[in-house]
Amino acid sequence: MQESDIQAIVEAVLAEINRQQSGSPAPAAAPPAPTANGDLVIDLPDPTTLEARRTPGLEHPANPDGLRALMATTPTRIGVGRAGPRPRTKATLLFLADHGVTQDALFHEVDPKMLEEMGLFTVESQAHDRQEYLKRPDLGRVLTEESRQILRERCIKNPDVQIFVGDGLSGAAIEHNLPKIMPVLEQGIKAAGLTMGTPFFVKNARVGLLNDVNAIVDAKVVAVLIGERPGLARAESMSIYMGYRPRPDSTDANRDAICNIYDGGFNPLEAGAFAVQLIQKMIQYGTSGVDLKLKEGENG
Amino acid sequence: MLLRTKLFGKTYEFRDIRELMGKANEPKSGDELAGVAAESVSERVAAKYVLAEVPLEILRQNPAVPYDEDEVTRVIDDAVNETIYNEIKHWTVGDFREWILADTTTPEQIRRVSNALTGEMVAAVTKLMSNLDLIYGAQKIHVTSHCVNTAGMPGTLASRLQPNHPTDSPEGIRAEIYEGLSYGSGDAVIGINPVDDSLGSTMRLLDMTYDIIQEWNIPTQNCVLAHVTTQMQAMKQGAPVGLVFQSLAGTQKANESFGIDVGMMDEAYELAKKYCWPQGPNFMYFETGQGSALSANAHNGWDQLTLEARIYGFAKRYHPYQVNTVVGFIGPEYLYDAVQISRAGLEDHFMGKLTGIPMGVDACYTNHARATQNDIESLAVQLTAAGCNYFMGVPMGDDVMLAYQCTSYHDAPSLRQTLGLRPLPEFEAWMEGMGLMKNGILTEKAGDPTIFLK
Repeated sequence: MQESDIQAIVEAVLAEINRQQSGSPAPAAAPPAPTANGDLVIDLPDPTTLEARRTPGLEHPANPDGLRALMATTPTRIGVGRAGPRPRTKATLLFLADHGVTQDALFHEVDPKMLEEMGLFTVESQAHDRQEYLKRPDLGRVLTEESRQILRERCIKNPDVQIFVGDGLSGAAIEHNLPKIMPVLEQGIKAAGLTMGTPFFVKNARVGLLNDVNAIVDAKVVAVLIGERPGLARAESMSIYMGYRPRPDSTDANRDAICNIYDGGFNPLEAGAFAVQLIQKMIQYGTSGVDLKLKEGENG
Repeated sequence: MLLRTKLFGKTYEFRDIRELMGKANEPKSGDELAGVAAESVSERVAAKYVLAEVPLEILRQNPAVPYDEDEVTRVIDDAVNETIYNEIKHWTVGDFREWILADTTTPEQIRRVSNALTGEMVAAVTKLMSNLDLIYGAQKIHVTSHCVNTAGMPGTLASRLQPNHPTDSPEGIRAEIYEGLSYGSGDAVIGINPVDDSLGSTMRLLDMTYDIIQEWNIPTQNCVLAHVTTQMQAMKQGAPVGLVFQSLAGTQKANESFGIDVGMMDEAYELAKKYCWPQGPNFMYFETGQGSALSANAHNGWDQLTLEARIYGFAKRYHPYQVNTVVGFIGPEYLYDAVQISRAGLEDHFMGKLTGIPMGVDACYTNHARATQNDIESLAVQLTAAGCNYFMGVPMGDDVMLAYQCTSYHDAPSLRQTLGLRPLPEFEAWMEGMGLMKNGILTEKAGDPTIFLK
C-alpha cells in the first residue's frame, strides 16, 4: 500500500465520521443563570481550558505584555505569582486537578460496555490487581493459564496480523482512542489484502505480552494498543507496539512503537493508517525493530 | 560464616553477607522485584540484629561485586585510607551507628572516617538507622564545595534551576530561567535536561545559558545534562561549560548500560579541569538513584541501597561540586509509594554525606507512583532539616519535558523562610543587588520574570 492509499483511508474514515456527526443534534444551550435569591451560587467556568491556563496569576508584573509573551513561549507553569513564598491558590488547584486526572486514569478500569461494543472479549495477565501490576512488571508480561486457554479456543490461528488491546497505565487512553483507531486498522489491514486475527482485550497488560500472545496465535505481525503512563493533565495518550513474529525472547529492540496517540498529539486516525503501513513493511522485509531499520536502510 | 539469631523463640539464619544485607533493608518494591527482600517483618528485624554485630572489615571483604570483576569496587577499595581503616575495622555496624549519633563525635571526625569507608559499610549502617537517625546523623556532616558559588555551608540551602522545555525552545527556556531567578532558584546551577542531546543542540544551550549569566552577572554555573561524551566534545570545541554532568551507577556492568566507564569519567574530569570556565576547584555534577543497577540487570543479587551507596564512593573520586539522587524518578516497581520514596530520599542524602560528597536531592515522583506533591513537600522539609545541600526548582514542580513532578521554584524560598536558611552567599548578594531579597525574605519584586526584559 502506498502513501496515497493511506491518505485515501484516512479521508474515507473522516468523511464517514463527519457524515455521522452532521446528523447529531447541536449541544444544548447552557441553562440560564439561576436567579439570586439570597442563596450562595458558585458556578465556575472550567479552569483547565488552554485560555484559562494562559491567564497570568502574577498580578502586577513590571511588563504585562512581556509576561504574556514569556508565557506563550512555554507550556510550563510560569507567570503563576505567589502568596508569600508559596504559589497562589489558583495555580495550586490547577496542579491538583491535573494530577487528579492522571491518578483517576491510572486506576480507571476500561468500560466493559465499550469493549463489548468494539467486539472485544477480556482476558487477564498474571498481575492480579493494580498494585501487583505496578510492582511486578514481569507478571504483566504473561497471561494466566486460564486466559491462554480462552485464546486457544476463541482466536483464529496463523493470521497475518494479530491486534489486541491492553489497558497499560491508562484505561482512559483506551476509551479515548479505541473507537477512533480500530476502524482504521481493520479497514486498512483488509484493504492491504491481509488477514486479521481475533481482537481481544487484556487487563493489567504490559507490552511484553506480545511474545506470550504470539505463542498461541502464531501471527506474522502482532500489535498491542496500550495506554501510556499518564503525564500531568494528559491521561489519554496511547501507544501501539508491534513486532514481526514475536518469540519468547523478543525485546524492545525487536519492536517498533507509535507513541503519543490522542487528539492533539498523533491523531488516532492518522496513527492507525501509519500503523498499517508499518505492518506491511514488516511483512515485506520479514523483520521488525532495529533490524527493520537496517534492512530498510540497505534498500535505500 | 554463621549468621544467625533467635527472635521470640524462632531462629533466623542468613546464608551470607549478601542475603543479610538484602533482608536488613527497609521495605522497597525493587528489592522484592529482585527477590532479595525479607519475607516477613520479623525476618527483616532479625537481619538487622545480626547485621548490627557484623564488623566493618567483613563488609570490606564482601563487596557487592568482587574486586577482580568490577572497576567500581576497585575505585572504592583503592581509595580507602588504610591508617584510619585500621582504627575502625573492628567496629561493628551497631557500634558505628552509635558513634555517628554520639554528641561527642564531631563533624570533623565523621569526615575523617569517611575516607576509610566502602559503599557496603555506608549502606550497612544506614539499614540500622530510623528516619530521624538519618536526619540527625546527616545534619552533623557538612560537605562544602566551590565552583562559582560556595555550596553546602550550614545555614544555606541552594536550588538547581531546571528550565526544561519539551522542544528545547531557547525562548521558552529563557522565560523559565527568568521566572526561576526571580524566585531565587539557580544558585546550585542552571541545568537543562535537553530533549535533543546532539552536540549542536548542547552547545547552543550552553551558549544561551552562559550569555544570560554574563548579561546579568549572576553568580552561578551552567550545565547541559547531555551524555558526558557530548559535553566532552562541546568543551573541546570551546563551548562555555560550567559543570560537567553524568548519571552514575553502582556496578561496572550497570555503568556500561549508561555508556560510561571509569576511564571515560577520568578523561571527562581532566577535560573539566582544563576547559570549564568557572573558578572551581569542583567541576563535576552527578545524578544517581536506587534501582538503576537492577533495571540494567546488573545488581549481582544485591539490594538497591547497597548499590546506591557504591555510586557515592565512585562519585567521590571526581571531587564533585554536587551530587543528587533523583529519588522517585525510576517508578513504583523500585519505590512503590510515598513511604518508600521518602525513606529512600533520607537514606540517599545520609549516605552521600557520610561518604563525603556534597549531596542534594531531587525530591520527586512519577504519575504511576502512589505519591503526591504533599509527600515530596514533606520530604523536602525533612531533608532540609537534615542539611540537604539543594533541591530542584521547576515551574510549579511540573517538569513537562521529563514527565515527572518535583519541587517548585516556590519551594526553595519557602523552605529557607520556614527554617531560617539563606541562598548561597554569593547568590544572595546578587539577589539583594537585584532587589529580589532583603534579609533573607523575598521582596515585592520577586516572582516577576519580566524584570529581566529590556
